[in-house]
Amino acid sequence: MNSLNPKLFDKDVERIPSRDGFGEGLVLAGEENKDVVAICADVTESARVQAFKDKFPERFIEAGVAEQNMAALASGMAAEGKIPFMTSYAVFSPGRNWEQIRTTICYNNRPVKIIGSHAGISVGPDGATHQALEDIALTRALPNMVVLSPCDAIEAKKATLAMVKERKPCYMRLSREKVPVITTENTPFKIGKAQVFREGNPSAGSTSSLQASSGRFADATIIATGQMVYLGLLAAKELEESNISVRVINVSTIKPLDMEAVIKAAEETGGIVTVEEHQVFGGLGSAVAEVVTQYYPVPMKIIGINDHFGESGEPDELLEKFGLTVDNIIRGVTTVLRMKRRL
Amino acid sequence: MALSAQDIQNLEEKANVIRQDIIKMLLQAGSGHSAGPLGMADVLTALYFQILKHNPKKPDWKDRDRLVLSNGHICPVLYVSLAHAGYFPVSELQTLRKLRSRLQGHPHRESLPGLEITSGPLGSGLSQACGMALVGLMDESSWRVICLMSDGEQDEGNTWEAVMFAGKNKLHNLTALIDRNNIQIDGFTEDVMPLEPLKEKYEAFGWHVLEIDGHNFESIIGVFSEAKAIFEKPVLIIAHTIPGKGVDFMENDFKWHGVPPGITDIPGEPPKNEQAKIALQELRTLQGKIKSEHE
Repeated sequence: MNSLNPKLFDKDVERIPSRDGFGEGLVLAGEENKDVVAICADVTESARVQAFKDKFPERFIEAGVAEQNMAALASGMAAEGKIPFMTSYAVFSPGRNWEQIRTTICYNNRPVKIIGSHAGISVGPDGATHQALEDIALTRALPNMVVLSPCDAIEAKKATLAMVKERKPCYMRLSREKVPVITTENTPFKIGKAQVFREGNPSAGSTSSLQASSGRFADATIIATGQMVYLGLLAAKELEESNISVRVINVSTIKPLDMEAVIKAAEETGGIVTVEEHQVFGGLGSAVAEVVTQYYPVPMKIIGINDHFGESGEPDELLEKFGLTVDNIIRGVTTVLRMKRRL
Repeated sequence: MALSAQDIQNLEEKANVIRQDIIKMLLQAGSGHSAGPLGMADVLTALYFQILKHNPKKPDWKDRDRLVLSNGHICPVLYVSLAHAGYFPVSELQTLRKLRSRLQGHPHRESLPGLEITSGPLGSGLSQACGMALVGLMDESSWRVICLMSDGEQDEGNTWEAVMFAGKNKLHNLTALIDRNNIQIDGFTEDVMPLEPLKEKYEAFGWHVLEIDGHNFESIIGVFSEAKAIFEKPVLIIAHTIPGKGVDFMENDFKWHGVPPGITDIPGEPPKNEQAKIALQELRTLQGKIKSEHE
């Protein structure tokens, strides 16, 4: 896709945490819509709500370390016409307050926007207690809920603005770490729409013994979410050097999942590898598999955290330890290609 | 506004009819809660027929007072009150807990006109009421928020998060009422998880606390009027009620918390197929005070 950051694969590619994009988007949302209010559970600076608080002090509500109250409070404010963004770390919200979100926001169908910062293993030194690896599963299982997981700061900003117009409960997961900026202001974003960031280039022809087909389409598809999209793009680039052509899809809306894009990928490329900074149970891989197995079964590999809690360490060390690496994604693709050949 | 003796008598009669309809709908449903709804019938009657600013023809009228039922399990008394107030046909009460009914076992806001929230899981109604009240103050609205809670749900941590929040933000347009009937499913509240000194706890969190007899209409109406006059603080009304009020064998007995009449034989109480009949008879005769009934 030619609308991606031209410096994407440069060493000095800009690195910005997705939470920064949210913070910027929230101020813009506040400027655009006077009903936007922000509620925060004692993490105003680190969850990037400070700029909104400074600009709109009368629309900022400090909830204290009380995420259960924050969720139901937000529901009550939404009942009276506000568009509340409630922010904490993902382990606490939607973790600590899941039932309040279920009953007072989702079943009650109030358009509250739940922002879970510090999601994923890359939270780093704080350790497993603060690394939300289950938040997608928790929120995806709830009727009425929209689940967003932007790949970079620019997409997080767009998602924030898009949520204001979405008259449904929404959850957005954000990361703490600085991650490469993949998209540009011009990259299309729409809730419910997956983006093909790379079609793959089968016309180059292939001599690889691993390649299962040499048709018009890529040999396999990497479907990734959050900062794993960048690793997916790096893996695809490396595979291309071995004449393996890979499509890369960014799923920034996990629910409702863009079924059309998933089915198309299954049909056209015949193999799918999913990558996420989340438990393999109930996350992106599960969501994709639910569609693939029912509508167009093809070999799949789900890369994520395998039924483990995280631990303390530097983000890169942790990603390495838990197998969220370019090498492991490449292994996933080759596995899928081998499975394709056996069919 | 002073009420005449006739006004009070009318409300008492209305509450009695509401209690009879609670017994009938629970019998028909075959499950549901008896004690709480009967105990709160007087408070709900006073609210819907005297206190609340509301319009059954326009349930979403923006200037209405918001009645937030936090302890959703006592919804039979809310449903009967809403029906008698004109939100939906009284005949629909017989669909309680049935498939495709608008009267869900616990209230679902989107199903039925007149409901402000979806509730059932305890302890989060006060938070929602706080959210509404906060917006009311932000927008300088004239309506008030009234949140009904059980005493059992004071066990929930979420309740106290909301109590703290309301105190901090001086939500003086919020009036909460605790149905202090001293029972919960496993027994008496002071045995299960002691709540006392409840009044002092709320006061320590920045609330103004008033206590009333929850079966005395003059007290109920008077206390809500007094609550309006309290500025700078949210108000808690501790309403002392008798669970199962009006039906002798149900009164003050936690065994009737979550059981409808007609389902279970309880030792020392009327046989199950007599329970509803006896309950209705007691209500019609005001527990035997009216002697002319022959049945």
